[in-house]
Amino acid sequence: MSQTYHFFINQISNSFRSLLHNKKSSLLTMLGVIIGVASVIIIISIGDGAQSLILSQVKSLGSNVIGITPGKSEEKGPPAAVYGINITTLTYEDGEAIKLLPRVTAVSGYVRGSAPVTWRGEQYSPNLNGVTADYLTVEGMEIATGRFFTEAEERGMAKVAVIGYTAVNEIFGQTDPIGQTIKIKSQNYEIIGTLARRGTVAFQDNDNQIIVPAKTMQRLVAGVNHLAIMRIKIDNEKYLAEVMDNIRYVLRDRHDIRDQSGESDDFSVRSAAQALDMLTNITNALRFFLAAMASLSLIVGGVGIMNIMLVRVSSRTREIGLRKAVGATHRDIMFQFLVESSSITVSGGLIGIIIGELVSLLIAVIAGALGYDWQFSISIWSILLAFSVSIAVGLIFGLYPARKASRLSPIEALRYE
Amino acid sequence: MSLISIDNLKKSFHSDDLVTQVLHGVSFSIEPGEFISIMGPSGSGKSTLMHILGFLDRASSGKYFFDNEDVTDLTDLELARMRNEKIGFVFQSFNLLPRTTVLENVMLPLLYSHRKIADPAKIATEVLEQVGLSHRLDYYTNQISGGEKQRVAIARALVNKPSIIFADEPTGNLDSKSGLAVMKMLQDLNEAGNTIILVTHETFTSEHAKRILKIHDGSLLADTPVKNRRHANGDELLK
Repeated sequence: MSQTYHFFINQISNSFRSLLHNKKSSLLTMLGVIIGVASVIIIISIGDGAQSLILSQVKSLGSNVIGITPGKSEEKGPPAAVYGINITTLTYEDGEAIKLLPRVTAVSGYVRGSAPVTWRGEQYSPNLNGVTADYLTVEGMEIATGRFFTEAEERGMAKVAVIGYTAVNEIFGQTDPIGQTIKIKSQNYEIIGTLARRGTVAFQDNDNQIIVPAKTMQRLVAGVNHLAIMRIKIDNEKYLAEVMDNIRYVLRDRHDIRDQSGESDDFSVRSAAQALDMLTNITNALRFFLAAMASLSLIVGGVGIMNIMLVRVSSRTREIGLRKAVGATHRDIMFQFLVESSSITVSGGLIGIIIGELVSLLIAVIAGALGYDWQFSISIWSILLAFSVSIAVGLIFGLYPARKASRLSPIEALRYE
Repeated sequence: MSLISIDNLKKSFHSDDLVTQVLHGVSFSIEPGEFISIMGPSGSGKSTLMHILGFLDRASSGKYFFDNEDVTDLTDLELARMRNEKIGFVFQSFNLLPRTTVLENVMLPLLYSHRKIADPAKIATEVLEQVGLSHRLDYYTNQISGGEKQRVAIARALVNKPSIIFADEPTGNLDSKSGLAVMKMLQDLNEAGNTIILVTHETFTSEHAKRILKIHDGSLLADTPVKNRRHANGDELLK
């Protein structure tokens, strides 16, 4: 193959010419690859969009926030609560002890519960959360009207409630909620304030909720003695590691854990940055898995290509014979058909990339219209991946037909009618 | 110095347990510049003989010398190179590539060449001028007449400057006028020094050559010079 340059150009232009010659059948041939590549692109793009959405929500918590969850967990793994285990080791008093540590500016404990909320005989089911007085500071929330409850009210198990933006509209409509009385588990609670609109942060819908003091929630609604999680805000993120160590020390002391290695901990302490890492790991694994599933359709496309190439080889037996008669070697014929099968898959791949990006853009536009902060970006690596996978599919599935073509005897091929 | 010399060449085909002997020991030699007809009815083995001489196939036994070199047992790769560099083929059914221009068809052997060729298009254009088709360079092969197709095929056979040209029933698919034009072209090429082997079953066509090898049932029946050679010029049309 010393005329490599002319030869190569000739082969490629021949392949594309024969593709263009019969556009409809070429398009059908490519369909499997088009669908495969488009779905890989779409899935990677949705994965990217969803990941950046999740991560931006976690980031909005702030970098000087530390989270404590009950139960021991691996550094990079999810908290134990993810597995549905209800661990009751974290208490209200733990939070009070942590608040005494240096650099800690605010501690918010959370108690989850669910109970219907009644107002004027109508029943509603917003999220019900018990939090401590530092909630606003830690979460960066603001009061819209009225006021938040005080530490004294919290300790005194006051039956007061603060209500989120969506819940206000749903329950009270045009009525001013301040001063109204709602019923939770047949007890009366006075609405003392409303929260400014915030949206969903770190998977938590902050607008469709009713907040009562943590202790009130524990005793009167949920009937529990523990906190689901705790969030701690410190004055400077530089001291994150130091404060986290101190928190561990205090909690081990309070929980009678002598082992300082962390092996016997019944809680986990994480910074927002670590939570981010963990989430990135999980979402990356998901994206990879989804992309792998989509790639399966490329294999189906490849089998289609193999089938078509076998048809092409047998319908062009005479041509192969002639090429051999004028001096084409096994390798030349093999090369010709490999170029041909990969030009089909590469063309299909390019069409698939364009369709995939357009659909991804459409999804981003729709998600944006629905109020999500959905980022659309054309990911170069997914295009490169799709492109090289297309070439690979053409080469791999073209190999058998090309081999078959190259092994034809020139006489038999010339005689073939 | 013979160009081709074969000695007791035999060929048999095996399919399942059946052995078919096609050539029963053929010997002759061909000098450079000759114009030879290999003549015989279909099934005589003349095509098989041409395939072996043209490096499309190998003999089962016997010896084949080309340019005084033993070429009896070449590998597939060596056969391909011999076909590319030493042989030009003209087939009965033209065997031009579809959806391809005249020029590209003629360039084809150059693309498979192992020699460095700076400008294949230029060489192909020159050869097409030689066969009188310079006005058809960019025509597609389905846009030209049968006679023109065979002239394209001849140009393709010439483009690598082969030592010998094999023409297998070159007039079989043509009307008599185009057929004569092709025969004239082959005679002119021979006059210009090219060695030509014509394979045919027609006595009339074979008599355009200078020497006839008659093959029958796989054996060489006769090896005779043509006494009254036909010349494919205008006169013949009047006969």
